Amino acid sequence: MKSKRRLFLKGATSAGLIGVAVGAGLLKPVRVLAAAWPKTAFDADTTAAAMTEMFGSTEAAESGDIKVKAPDIAENGAVVPVTVETGLSSVESISIITENNPAPLSASFNLASNAEGYVSTRLKMGKSSKVVALVKADGKLYSASKEVKVTIGGCGG
Amino acid sequence: MSSIKVRAKADGDVVTVKALMKHPMETGQRKDKSGNPIPAHYIQEVVCEHNGNVVMTALWGPSVSKNPYLSFKFTGGAKGDALKISWADNEGKSDSEEATIG
Repeated sequence: MKSKRRLFLKGATSAGLIGVAVGAGLLKPVRVLAAAWPKTAFDADTTAAAMTEMFGSTEAAESGDIKVKAPDIAENGAVVPVTVETGLSSVESISIITENNPAPLSASFNLASNAEGYVSTRLKMGKSSKVVALVKADGKLYSASKEVKVTIGGCGG
Repeated sequence: MSSIKVRAKADGDVVTVKALMKHPMETGQRKDKSGNPIPAHYIQEVVCEHNGNVVMTALWGPSVSKNPYLSFKFTGGAKGDALKISWADNEGKSDSEEATIG
């Protein structure tokens, strides 16, 4: 009888330990959504490396059919509104690269066939930089860019 | 309460979706007052579904601004259709919100 009670207590302690481990984030729940996230592209510290990781090529044809809307001068680098619009057909994805950021690739939007060639978001910029929009349309890569001057950087602190 | 605010408006055949998410979007490059680095904590993926079909997947790095804003457009939606937006961050947390197109 006594030994059974010991056993029960032992079981209780180990169950408690697992609970603590989960709570401390040692056993992370399996990620479902973020599985396809291209880590190497987002970790790349140059535009060329990010493009190679993301698209397997650094070649993009300049296109007049892509509009990058961003302020000429951003007073606050922590919040820089950027909008990319394109009239190209069969747009597969729109990526935004902030060349002078520590990790240039900021965001990439995969668009379904019924999505319009339009995305808008807000980015952080460490310092003045060229903001490049890369549009993948019909299997090819097109680009357009805009220079944004930043008065107060958004990556320090 | 959900961390996502979504608004979707149909203008003819084109639906404009605007979403605001509440998230620190910590880059991992900042330091706190005592000089210790603040760990990176940011949304990596945002998925938007229209009537169960994925219309847009956003992959984000840490340089998207705090409390991110996102807007995009798609065709083939109509008033009253269901829209679902969900995000997942680098710590494995996620959230989602449903809306109807107005």
